[in-house]
Amino acid sequence: MRTFGMPEFWFILEAAKWTLALSAIAILFGGLGGLVVALSRVSPLAWVRGVATAFVQVFQGTPLLLQLFLIFFGAPVLGLDINPWVAAGVALSLNTAAFLGEIWRGCIQAIPRGQWEAAEALNLSYASRMKDVVLPQAWKIAVPPTVGYLVQVIKGTSLAAIIGFTEITRAGQIVNNATFQPLLVFSVVAVIYFVMCWPLSLLAGRMERRLSAALSR
Amino acid sequence: MHYTFQFADVFAAWPLLLKGTWTTLQLSFLAMLFGLVVAVLCAWGKTAGPKPLRWLINAYIELIRNTPFLVQLFFFFFALPAIGLRWSPYTAALTALVVNLGAYAAEIIRAGIESIPKGQIEAGLALNLKRWEIFRFVIIKPALRAIYPALTSQFILLMLSSAVVSVISADDLTSVAANLQSQTFRSFEIYIVVAGIYLLLSLAFSAFFKLVFNATLNYPDRK
Repeated sequence: MRTFGMPEFWFILEAAKWTLALSAIAILFGGLGGLVVALSRVSPLAWVRGVATAFVQVFQGTPLLLQLFLIFFGAPVLGLDINPWVAAGVALSLNTAAFLGEIWRGCIQAIPRGQWEAAEALNLSYASRMKDVVLPQAWKIAVPPTVGYLVQVIKGTSLAAIIGFTEITRAGQIVNNATFQPLLVFSVVAVIYFVMCWPLSLLAGRMERRLSAALSR
Repeated sequence: MHYTFQFADVFAAWPLLLKGTWTTLQLSFLAMLFGLVVAVLCAWGKTAGPKPLRWLINAYIELIRNTPFLVQLFFFFFALPAIGLRWSPYTAALTALVVNLGAYAAEIIRAGIESIPKGQIEAGLALNLKRWEIFRFVIIKPALRAIYPALTSQFILLMLSSAVVSVISADDLTSVAANLQSQTFRSFEIYIVVAGIYLLLSLAFSAFFKLVFNATLNYPDRK
């Protein structure tokens, strides 16, 4: 049996790059998907709103772990070749799209009705109304909660450990199995996550306070 | 490849699924109850307690909110037994859920208390109300109303994240699904059905919370 030393610590710390890579994928594709979801949720077309609502309902109403299982264990049954990378990337992106989409929908709808009406009165097209009037304003309110949500994305990647993807949590499990020093190992794992997430939480909190001070003026 | 769905094996296991659902519900309900107690105590300590206590509570809240639930679960299930505290997967799961919800709900409740304008409390004092009367007649209802949406969606998130406790085989709905999966290999069907059950549960929870809101806290806003 090994004891927990520097090599074990580096092994866990190195796995942090896979956590970050997976988070980056989820944020990138989830962000793009989230924009589509947000715009669809405020679309003038009823069927577009319906589809987007159903998507959000399903991905916010079921556990992320099951979404991961469904893709990882389900896809091979359909004859699709899938590895933990793809499964985790797809599940996390879809989940992120649903949550960011809802956050951003709230920001879009927070723009006063008069702004929409003014843009309509100016005979702007729907695309221009969105692009030139609503989204630039919604963007400002959207930044703090979006930064806050990044913390949820990073924490969510830990579930990929369950399907055998070697990120921080899985690396911790592996080291724990070799050293059997769970208190130390999982403390180290927790601290690494904390170091990644806490600055984001602080940043989001500070931006939120600054924004609410600016809005109440 | 052509794939034919076969739900027969899944539906044949309905007593197991029902039992798993019941365990998930029970875990969620108990975690909400105890988590709320932890949260109220923390919110109170953080707003009114002495400095060291505030600092301690803050550390707990930040630590929990910035680490994954899975790691917290591993900590309670693997790390604490190593220093002599032995418990069942169910108890470890429940403890992890309570500790997790406590941190999130404490911040929500604190925000609710702070949302009450100072003038309201001063008005209560001017009317010579006692402290508990101010709490009972001035603070509690509007504070609850302000945090109700955030708190109830946190409850639903808790119910969904309880799926993670299947990793330590806490006999919840997802554990049952994982067991069935390894016996029948009907993974797609099983996870679809189980995801459907979770979806129904979360819809039922939000309908219930809305009902309670309309019956107790729904009064017109004065602006």
